[in-house]
Amino acid sequence: MKNTVVRYLKSLMLLELVRGLGLTLNYFRKPKFTIRYPEEKTPKSNRFRGLHALRRYPNGEERCIACKLCEAVCPALAITIDSSRREDGSRRTTRYDIDLFKCIYCGFCEESCPVDSIVETGLLEYHFEERSEGIMNKDQLLAVGDRLESEIAAARLQDAAYR
Amino acid sequence: MDVLIDLIWTVIKIGLLTFLPLILAVAYYTYMERKVIAYMHVRLGPNRVGPYGLFQPFADVFKLLFKEIILPSNANRYLFYVAPVLAIAPAFAAWAVVPFDGTHVWADINAGLLYILAMTSMGVYGIILAGWASNSKYAFLGAMRSAAQVVSYEIAMGFSLVGVLIMSGSLNIQEIVEAQGGGVMDWFWLPLLPLFVIYFISGLAETNRAPFDVAEGESEIVAGFHVEYSGAAFAVFFLAEYANMILISALTALFFAGGWLSPFEGFTFLGDSFIRQPHGLWFLAKLVFFMTWFLWSRATFPRYRYDQLMRLGWKVFIPITIVWVLVAAMFILNGIVVRGA
Repeated sequence: MKNTVVRYLKSLMLLELVRGLGLTLNYFRKPKFTIRYPEEKTPKSNRFRGLHALRRYPNGEERCIACKLCEAVCPALAITIDSSRREDGSRRTTRYDIDLFKCIYCGFCEESCPVDSIVETGLLEYHFEERSEGIMNKDQLLAVGDRLESEIAAARLQDAAYR
Repeated sequence: MDVLIDLIWTVIKIGLLTFLPLILAVAYYTYMERKVIAYMHVRLGPNRVGPYGLFQPFADVFKLLFKEIILPSNANRYLFYVAPVLAIAPAFAAWAVVPFDGTHVWADINAGLLYILAMTSMGVYGIILAGWASNSKYAFLGAMRSAAQVVSYEIAMGFSLVGVLIMSGSLNIQEIVEAQGGGVMDWFWLPLLPLFVIYFISGLAETNRAPFDVAEGESEIVAGFHVEYSGAAFAVFFLAEYANMILISALTALFFAGGWLSPFEGFTFLGDSFIRQPHGLWFLAKLVFFMTWFLWSRATFPRYRYDQLMRLGWKVFIPITIVWVLVAAMFILNGIVVRGA
């Protein structure tokens, strides 16, 4: 009986509701976690696996020697390579396609490459406007590599001690 | 001819001084709601359109205005289009008797409070018609819930106002405010504390706001009575809901929190300083204060189950209000509270 009266009085005083309001008020004052994306970005690891690129040596020679290890290791079968002998006698790729729709960004191609030619860059902000753009050919990959070479080199240097 | 010009001039004045500010207030009330609730959710809320997202309400309004109004198949065309108008007309019409300070009021009528009660009750017809005319089971369920809820809480609300009537001895809203003179402790919220709380909570229920938004009930009946409305027709319902919230806040401020009277009126040691004087800004401040409570309770409380809601209305609020009406009468009879002290 006494308990019932106490319970009724408590609920009539709206104590629990006031505590709930206090809780939301507390959250109101707390700092917010939201990142305002285009202006602010979360920090990115140097091991981030983004868009692919083919690298060159500093003298401008492409690194890829058409060993096809990446093609073999690729679990999604996203890489297609054709190769032939160049005039100077070295083996080079005539075709190097990566199907970005198939690619799962596992990074195995980069791991398998003996000459650090195929890499996954830190670039994550890219888009396609036509389906055909989803398949990158050798020229496009080399262009990405040329554009981002300094970043790629810096990221590889940071990670070198752990490889 | 003169009469006609007079009439047009009055309409223009009402439009410029009440409708336009009210619509702008609704626009920024939605912005404020989104911001306040976002902050309580530890989010940032709209911040993309304009500085701090300040143009967001306009983006929303123009989006809605340019969208198609879809008429559901087999819907009652006439009622479908009339419903939003019926919802918004009383929400605006009620402002006719709301005084902004001691001198500025459109219609200083003796039965102002009665008129307010009549107008706020009318709003439910828009909801019922919308639910009925939509030819949708969700809209129909929402309309039924809303009708039952609004009717139930109207009683508690009415009894709360009976307490105000007893304390002030008048139906005229300006006289009701003036009867609360003397400072923050002389406003009616103190002697009528239970009625004040119940009035505000019933106000939440009347406007179908959380935690009493069973009429919308996103998780059960999609959006309740306005599921089938799109574009400008939906915008009108939206406008009506928010205009009603602002109205309830204004009425709470007038009936229980001294309207435009200064809370420091009784602090004689402040001298004749302006903060002791009644002013429209006090009314505005109180209005915003109560408007914030609407948003705060939406961010805090989960929705009532329908039977709990009915229980609260009939078995808790109505008995308490009846008892407190008698208590208020006792206060006046025994001179514990003196009118206009």
